[in-house]
Amino acid sequence: MSAVTRREFIAGSGMLMLAFSLAPRGAQAGEASHAGGKLPGSLSKFPYLDSWIRIGADGSITVFTGKCELGQGVRTALQQIAAEQLMVPFERVAMVTSDTALTPNEGYTSGSNSLKDSGTAILNAAAQVRELLLAQAARRWSLPATELEARDGAVHGAGGRHAGYGELVAGQVLHVEAQALSSVVPPREHRVMGKSQPRVDIPAKVTGGEAYVHDLRLPGMVHARVVRPPQPGATLRALDTGAASRMPGVLKVVRDGSFIAVVAGKEFQAVQAMRALQDHAQWEAGPMPPADIHAYLATLASQDSVILDRAGKAGEGASHEATYRRPYHMHGAIGPSCAVALFKDGELTVWSHGQGMFPLRAAVAELVGLPKEKVRCIHREGSGCYGHNGADDAGGDAALIAMSLPGRPVRVQWMREQEHSWEPYGPAMISKSRATLDSQGQIASWTYDVWSNTHSTRPGEAGGLAAGMLVAKPFKPSPPRPIPQPEGGGDRNAIPIYRVPVAKVTSHFIPQMPLRVSALRALGAYTNVFSLESFMDELAILAKADPVEFRLRHLDDPRAIDVVRAAAFGFGWDGFRRAPGTGRGFAFARYKNLAAYCAVALEVEVVRESGEIRVGRVHCAMDSGEAVNPDGIRNQAEGGVVQSLSWTLREAVTWDDKRITSRDWARYPMIRFPHVPRSIDVHVIDRPGQPFLGTGEATQGPAAAALANAVFDACGARIRDIPFTRERVKAAMGLPRSS
Amino acid sequence: MTSLEVNGRTVQVDADPATPLLYVLRNDLGLNAAKFGCGLGQCGACTVMAGGEAIYSCLVPISALEGRPIVTVEGLGTQEHPGPMQEAFMEAQAAQCGYCIPGMMMRAQALLEKKPGASGEEVREALEPNLCRCGTHMRILRAVARAQELMKGGR
Amino acid sequence: MQSASDTAPRPFSTAQIERGANLAAIGNCVTCHTAHGGKPYAGGYPVQTPFGAVHGTNITPDRETGIGSWSLADFTRALREGMSPEGHHYYPAFPYAYFTHLDDDDIAALYAFVMTREPVRAAVPANSVLVPRFAVAIWNARYLHRGALASDASRDAGWNRGHYLAESLAHCSECHTPRDKLGGEKRNEYLAGGEAGGWEAPALNQNSSSPQPWTSSAMGQYLRTGLVDEHAISAGPMRGVVENLSHAKPADVDALARYIVSMERKGPDMANAAPPAASAHGEELYAGACGECHDRGRAAEGGALQLGKAIAVALPTPKNLIHIVQDGITPREDSAQPWMPAFRGSFTDEDLADLLAYTRTLGRKPAWNDVQGQVRAARREGEGK
Repeated sequence: MSAVTRREFIAGSGMLMLAFSLAPRGAQAGEASHAGGKLPGSLSKFPYLDSWIRIGADGSITVFTGKCELGQGVRTALQQIAAEQLMVPFERVAMVTSDTALTPNEGYTSGSNSLKDSGTAILNAAAQVRELLLAQAARRWSLPATELEARDGAVHGAGGRHAGYGELVAGQVLHVEAQALSSVVPPREHRVMGKSQPRVDIPAKVTGGEAYVHDLRLPGMVHARVVRPPQPGATLRALDTGAASRMPGVLKVVRDGSFIAVVAGKEFQAVQAMRALQDHAQWEAGPMPPADIHAYLATLASQDSVILDRAGKAGEGASHEATYRRPYHMHGAIGPSCAVALFKDGELTVWSHGQGMFPLRAAVAELVGLPKEKVRCIHREGSGCYGHNGADDAGGDAALIAMSLPGRPVRVQWMREQEHSWEPYGPAMISKSRATLDSQGQIASWTYDVWSNTHSTRPGEAGGLAAGMLVAKPFKPSPPRPIPQPEGGGDRNAIPIYRVPVAKVTSHFIPQMPLRVSALRALGAYTNVFSLESFMDELAILAKADPVEFRLRHLDDPRAIDVVRAAAFGFGWDGFRRAPGTGRGFAFARYKNLAAYCAVALEVEVVRESGEIRVGRVHCAMDSGEAVNPDGIRNQAEGGVVQSLSWTLREAVTWDDKRITSRDWARYPMIRFPHVPRSIDVHVIDRPGQPFLGTGEATQGPAAAALANAVFDACGARIRDIPFTRERVKAAMGLPRSS
Repeated sequence: MTSLEVNGRTVQVDADPATPLLYVLRNDLGLNAAKFGCGLGQCGACTVMAGGEAIYSCLVPISALEGRPIVTVEGLGTQEHPGPMQEAFMEAQAAQCGYCIPGMMMRAQALLEKKPGASGEEVREALEPNLCRCGTHMRILRAVARAQELMKGGR
Repeated sequence: MQSASDTAPRPFSTAQIERGANLAAIGNCVTCHTAHGGKPYAGGYPVQTPFGAVHGTNITPDRETGIGSWSLADFTRALREGMSPEGHHYYPAFPYAYFTHLDDDDIAALYAFVMTREPVRAAVPANSVLVPRFAVAIWNARYLHRGALASDASRDAGWNRGHYLAESLAHCSECHTPRDKLGGEKRNEYLAGGEAGGWEAPALNQNSSSPQPWTSSAMGQYLRTGLVDEHAISAGPMRGVVENLSHAKPADVDALARYIVSMERKGPDMANAAPPAASAHGEELYAGACGECHDRGRAAEGGALQLGKAIAVALPTPKNLIHIVQDGITPREDSAQPWMPAFRGSFTDEDLADLLAYTRTLGRKPAWNDVQGQVRAARREGEGK
């Protein structure tokens, strides 16, 4: 990593402003650039090209992104984009990811937005940098730029004349504002984009390299563990630190209100001391919500907003209604949250695997009482997070502990039960669908209601961090707010994508949170797509129509139709032979109704006697816009399917009147190898030149609904409550309880 | 002092003999591959081999490991010279976040060393103790099948 | 493939089927009539006996491979006499010596239940028993005591219900009573502890090793959930029994519990012999491998049974504890229950013996004999599988 910070770099630069004008050649500049000259992607917030790309005098190329590598492969995809547009080999580009001292502030790495935001910015910035370099050479050689060619990190002209990018970039040639339109490389000429590129992070991960914040070993680093209350809302009544302080290796016990931590020279010493502290802490219990959470949620006040209102007369044909429920789900990172912090010379540095280093910086600065400028947050990879889990909290913990040990880097990692019981969960939700058909079997009217807590309590302020809630003078979190449409939070994908002449969709936002919740992959789209796409199947049955054909007859978007057809064809929908106890299911959604299109077809076997569901073949078709790394898309889609099947088949957070009882993988089981599908095929529909649509969160909703539909097809049991336990399957089949 | 043989090297470790191997690997020996996942033997992220057997390094104290050769992912090869298991995982791009992967590799390695011709079904059964949250299972299975080929000298 | 006759409705009432479901759960039928990974009741599970492996039969109503063509009389004869419709003897691994005491209504309910299961075409592997079937007739003459059980007028209805279930469907003493050379129950040592699938089936009579006497409510909780902090977590063959009982009528499970506890008749066992000396090595192993969960008790975060109270530590032999340490206690993959990992491969035989010897001191019991020998024997047995 370069020792030069971006601040220093910018400070040392002259403000040489170059005017340049380029003829656009590709469409990937994005819709925004065509509408009113707004800069594409995150360039709109950080217009200077050198915020994104720096070229050293030696020709080295560094590309900066404010997004984080979360194991989704974004570092590789962004590097592909940059290499393509800069006309250099893939390996020539070095990526720097989210770091408050070096990179643009692109907020959170979430919502499948990384390629849309950062990918679009880097695509355009890189294309414009290339054109600038061509223009520099043209000026130097007094030749028209059109006669020059950028290739392999140099500009080439007639007669073997060439100049490396490093020579051309002298001065501050890249410190210019981007233009709205870029001359991007036409897709047919792509060498790097659109080709499956092995991920740059995998070699270290499979050879024991330093790959995660967990692996960071700074000189003099010490190890900390926190002691958390037995339940949310509990407060510390008394703590006897005597025994723990005397244990081998223990350097310090930190206590601030109900925040407790212990620091030791070695990690296992910290673990042992943490256990001793736990045994000597007395807590004032806090309240736990009632066990029937959905009944309880229904009693809470909600703020209602009608997000779709297409008035008209309801149909006169058959009508149908259904209610769906989803429990609290965990992110459930395999590696408990971890962070390293160092407070030295009045400045605090935090290495974190959170999803947003800039918001974390703001939260940490408030927590420890430092000005933002004195705090630097650097992203390092962690165990997959799938949304807002304990990562930020661990960053807050490390920061608070490090403040009391100036000059010592402090590494803190949570224990398994802390991750399970203290991460913010994906919210429990309820949805209700009602529809009528007309005499032709078309949907005539549609009503949908969804009840949910917020889907984002991400930090950005100290009150959003666990430590901020536990310290003696707790920081009050801001009141929870819904995420507005068109992206939506609890109502993400609540609006049907299908053609319905009369429709009303109401989002019931419940501010009071019985348990701490926040963003979990796909947010409300998981529940809403599960509900809508289950309901579409129920309607298809009512209309005596094939579920795929029924969807097609209500779709207008040609890309939606392509994806539905591709999944049905790839799966072999029409030729499906139904063995006894087996069934097929289908579901489709366009994520957020504005991002990736995804359809899933799968087969299951339901063991009638036990209620066990076994998943066979899965076929997924995905249109993520222009595909940068097709294998990366496949990897994300396969993973999204398995994760969604695990949520849907197995998972629900449980508690009793004293505590969260889902404290480990035994009490919160997730899917294991013998029960994952027999196969998953992902068909990527590439759309060269079209805007990037993201991938990571497109599959969860369709996979869950396809499963529900397949179970119904196999055994006639319509399961509307997640998870699909054996008991629920048997109950829905109307079988007597038995072994 | 406890004497351990790790990846072919004998090391003297100054730690409480009850310390689980994982902490010694990560803190005393500076090895990254084995991961802390649960400390309860429920997830397999810490899996390494001892005396040819896959073990949960988070649960086996070093005093049980004297005289039993320990192999971690670092002992399978390097980035420059990857072993067959590592090569197979790279080839299959069998990782998302990758946190669980070293444990997967070591459990698969232990299986294939005992049973080079293990069937796909046997691989699934053998990997049951190891959890993956990203849902990389299909690729992991492909990688293990590929490692079987590479170990047999296939290309 | 299903044929029309397989799926034709049979004249059973829902109430009768539900009664049968409850009885089938108490009888633990599904365990021996289901192969690993196979369809429930379709047979194929190998029951290991000293005379060879006997496979549970397919009792789904498939006509070809199951019992779809059986009449109620056929079914009754199988349960009461251990004889097939064709007149050949079943091996007594099929516990007809207990089922023989079932009353007519219960047999009819069980019949209604099995005849309404999903028919599964599945042939069952051949048995490897070396005893000729006609020899079973001799066994029957000695050990099969047909007829209803006498009720005990001095006890209340609940106890008598428990007695009836325990001695018929639940067939508790099949495992918990020692057997003679011919594999018959030693009735004079009723519930004095037996053997099942390589596990010690603990004594439930006055020989019980339980450090604390059981109460009816603790036993009821154990049978329903498999977990009582003061005694045990179910493991080995008992896990299937508990899994099944969790689906049975609570009143019946409570009746079973009352009956079983009435057999124990003993006082607390805590003030036992002075604990044997423990090896420092065993203690280190325990601290690193077990302490993180077991020292903190079930009530703590992620905690587990304290071993001083655990029956497996108090039993006359370390057999069960060896199984538990080697294979762990892992609940069904979709159920949210406590877990213990399998330590197979983690320890050398010597280390495992030291660890077991140390845990024995937590139970304040005299040292086990030849722990290492038993560890080695168990490993050989495990490798043979």
